[in-house]
Amino acid sequence: MRKTWTGTSGTGRTRGAPATGSARTLRGGWRSGVVALAAACALTAGVAVLPLPDTDGYRADTVSAPGSGTLAGLSGKAEECENPEASLRPSGADGPSVAEIKKRGKLVAGVDQNSFRWGYRNPATGTLEGFDIDLVKAIAKEILGDENKVVYRAIPTSQRIPALKSGLVDIVARTMTVNCSRIKDVAFSHAYFQAGQQVLAPVDSPIKGYDDTLRGRRVCTAKGSTANEALKEESFGAVFDKPEFTVANQLDCLVRLQLGQVDAIVTDNALAAGQAAQDPAIQVKGKPFTTEYYGVATKLGNDDLVRRINKVLAAYSQGGPRSPWMTSYSRWLEEDLPDLTGPPAPKFRD
Amino acid sequence: MAHPPTSGPGGTAVAPAPTPAVPAPTGSGAVASGPQQPPPARTTAWAEGRDRLRAGATTEPGRLRIIGAALALLVLAFGAVTAWQVSDRAAAADDVVTRSQPLSADAANIYRSLADADTSAASGFLAGAQEPRAVTERYEKDIAEASRLLVKAAANTSSVSASGQEIAKLNQQLPRYTGLIERARANNRQGLPLGGAYLRYANEQMTTHLLPAAKKLYDEETARLYRDYDEASSWPYVALGLGVLALGGLGWAQHRNYRRTNRVFNQGMLAASVASLAVLLWLTVGHAVAASGLDDSRAHGQESLKVLNDARISSLQARANENLTLVSRGAVTTADGKDKYESDYRSGMAALERQLSDARRLADDVGGSTPVSRALEGVKTWKGWHAKARTADDGGDYDEALTRITSAKDSSGEAFGHVDDALERAVSWEQREFTEAAEGGRSALSGLAVGAGVLAVLAAGAAVVGIGRRLSEYR
Repeated sequence: MRKTWTGTSGTGRTRGAPATGSARTLRGGWRSGVVALAAACALTAGVAVLPLPDTDGYRADTVSAPGSGTLAGLSGKAEECENPEASLRPSGADGPSVAEIKKRGKLVAGVDQNSFRWGYRNPATGTLEGFDIDLVKAIAKEILGDENKVVYRAIPTSQRIPALKSGLVDIVARTMTVNCSRIKDVAFSHAYFQAGQQVLAPVDSPIKGYDDTLRGRRVCTAKGSTANEALKEESFGAVFDKPEFTVANQLDCLVRLQLGQVDAIVTDNALAAGQAAQDPAIQVKGKPFTTEYYGVATKLGNDDLVRRINKVLAAYSQGGPRSPWMTSYSRWLEEDLPDLTGPPAPKFRD
Repeated sequence: MAHPPTSGPGGTAVAPAPTPAVPAPTGSGAVASGPQQPPPARTTAWAEGRDRLRAGATTEPGRLRIIGAALALLVLAFGAVTAWQVSDRAAAADDVVTRSQPLSADAANIYRSLADADTSAASGFLAGAQEPRAVTERYEKDIAEASRLLVKAAANTSSVSASGQEIAKLNQQLPRYTGLIERARANNRQGLPLGGAYLRYANEQMTTHLLPAAKKLYDEETARLYRDYDEASSWPYVALGLGVLALGGLGWAQHRNYRRTNRVFNQGMLAASVASLAVLLWLTVGHAVAASGLDDSRAHGQESLKVLNDARISSLQARANENLTLVSRGAVTTADGKDKYESDYRSGMAALERQLSDARRLADDVGGSTPVSRALEGVKTWKGWHAKARTADDGGDYDEALTRITSAKDSSGEAFGHVDDALERAVSWEQREFTEAAEGGRSALSGLAVGAGVLAVLAAGAAVVGIGRRLSEYR
C-alpha cells in the first residue's frame, strides 16, 4: 500500500453548510449570552426561534449545560430542543439495523480524515486514526467481535446527514455536534465528548481568552462556523469580519496564524487541540465559552443501533482512569486539552 | 538642377516675415528694411527664383526644366517613401519573428511552468512524505524555468508598462509561493495535516495571484505581437499612391513630348518609367507576399498556439485540482456542499475539452491535428479513470482511489501524462508552422527598401537625362 497523506483539517466548524442560513444571526445571538440568560430566553424566545427552518439550535446546548438541569427536566419531550443530547437507554438486543450490519460483516462508518487527533490519515501508515476512530473500532468490536471489520468512508462535513439518510454509512463519528435541527434528521447516541468554543493564540500572546484582551486583535474563524457567529455577537473589539480572516476550513486559520496574518483563532476546543498539537508555539487560552456535545449519529429510526452504541459508550467510560475513554483521551487529546476525567454523564429520553 | 523648389521650403518658412520688400529689385537694398532675423539674401533669392520661374514658364525650355525637376522629385519621393514605409514594415515583421512572438511564447511558458509547478507540488504531496524524485525535479525545473523567463521578460520590457508591472508582481509572489510549498512539505514530512492546509493555501495563492498575473502578461505580450502583425501587414498606401503618381507623371511627360516632337520614345524617360514600374511592382508583390506569410503564421500558427496554451493550462489546473481532491477530502466545499476541488476539476476538464475541439478546428494539417486528437482521446481516458477513482473513494476505498489517480499505469495520472505530451507536441508543431510562415513573409520584404531607393535614384536620373536631351535641342 502506498504511504499517503491527506492533510488539512476537518471542516468541523463549517457544519451544516447548506442548512443554516437564515437562523444564523439568531443562533449567534443566543450563543454569546451567559447560561442563565440563555435559560431565561429559552422559555420565552425559544419557542419563537425553534420553528424557523434549519435552526441549528446550538444554543440549546447551553440551555442544558451543567447548572440548568432543572430547566432541562422541566421541558420534557414537548420541548425537544431543551435537551437534544438525551438519547435512548443502552441495550444489547439485536434489531433490524444491527442484524443488517452483522449480515454484511462490516460496519460502514462515516469519518473525517482531516481532523488531527480525531480522525485523520496518518501519512506514515496510510491508516485512519484518532479519538473518533477509536470509538468506531469499539463499536465494531461490540457488534461484530472485531474492531477491524470497518469500512471507513471519508465524508465532508456537509455530507454527514445525507450520507446517513441515503444509507451510504451506518454511523457517523466525526466531531458531530448534537443539536435541535439535526435530531430531526438523524438519531444520536449519548454524548461522548463535551466541547466548547475557545480561543487559540501563540503561547506568549497577550490574549488571555474570549475577553477584552482580544481588542484590536485580528482573529481568524471558519466561514459559517459557530465561532464566527459568536464573534459577530460579541467580538470584544477584535477584528474578524474581513474575508481574509474568514476561511474555508478551521485549519486554514493556523496557516494564517503562522504566517502572521492573524493574532488568534476561535474554534471549538476539540479542533483547537488538534491545531495546538501541530504547533508547539500556540495554546488554547481561557475557558470554553460555549458547551457542545458530540454524539455518534445513525439513521433516524435505527433505535436498536443507537441503543447498541449507547451500550458501547456506557462500557467505554467504565474503569475510571483506566477506562477505554480515558485511554483514548490520554493518547490523543490530553496533552493539548488537559484535565478531563470522562465523557459527560448520559441523559435519557426514555 | 531646379534650385527654386529646393530653396522653396526654406523660403516659405521665411516668406511670412512682414517685410514689404517683395517687389524689391534684385538689389540687396532690402537689408535696411529688414532689421529682423532672416538673412535678407534668402528673401531676395526666393523672390528672384520665383521671378525666374514665372519667366521660365513662358518658354518651352523653361517649362521643360520645370517638368524635369518635378518628375525627378516625384520619382525620388516615391523611392524615399517606399524605402521608409517598407523598412517600417520590415522592422515590424522582424519584431513579429524575433521579438514579440518569442516574448509571447516565453510568457506562455511562464504561465505553463507556474501551473505545472503547482500540479507537481500537489502530486508529490499525494505520493507520501517521501516525494518521488522525478516529481521533485519537475517542480524544481518549473520554478527555475519560470524564474529564468521572468528575468528575460523583464529585460525586454519597460518596468512601467503593463507587462512590467505583471512581471514585478510575479517576481514578488514566486518566492512567497515556493516558501509556502516548503512549509507544506516540512509539515507533511512530520505527518501533520497542516501540510495539506499549506498546500491548499499555496494553491490558492497560485490560482488567485500568480496565474492571473502570468495570464495578463501573456495576454499583454500577445496583444503586442498582434500590434506588430497589424503594423507589418498594413498596406503602404502613400508609397503606392506616389508610385502611381510618378508613373502617371512620366507617362504624361512622354505623351506631351510625343505630341510636340512626334518622337515616340524618349529613352531617359522610358528608363525612368521602367524603373519606377519595377519599384511599384516589387513593392506591391513583396508586400502582398509578406502580408500573406504573416497572415498565415497568425492564422495557422499563432491562433492555434493561443488555444493550445490555454488548453495546457486547463489540463494542468484540472490535474492539480484532481490531486487536491485526495489531499483534502471534503476540507473545502462549495456553496452547495460539493467538494470544491472536485467541482473545479470538472469545470477545468470541460474547458479543456472545449479548447481542444477549438484547437482541432484550427489545426489545418495532419501534423497539427494528430496530437490534438490524441490529447482528446487522453482526456476521455483521464475522465474514465477519474470516475473510477471517485467511485472507489466514495465507497471508502481510499487506497484504490489513490492508485487510480497516481500510479504510473492505468491511472488518470498516466492519461494526464499523455494529454500533456500530446499538447506539448502540438505546441511545438504550431510553433514551427508559425516560424516558417513568418520567416517566409519577412524575407519577402528583404532588400526592398534598398532596392526601391537605388531604383528611384536611377529613375530620377534617367528622367533628368531624358528631359536634358530635349532641352539640348534648344541650345
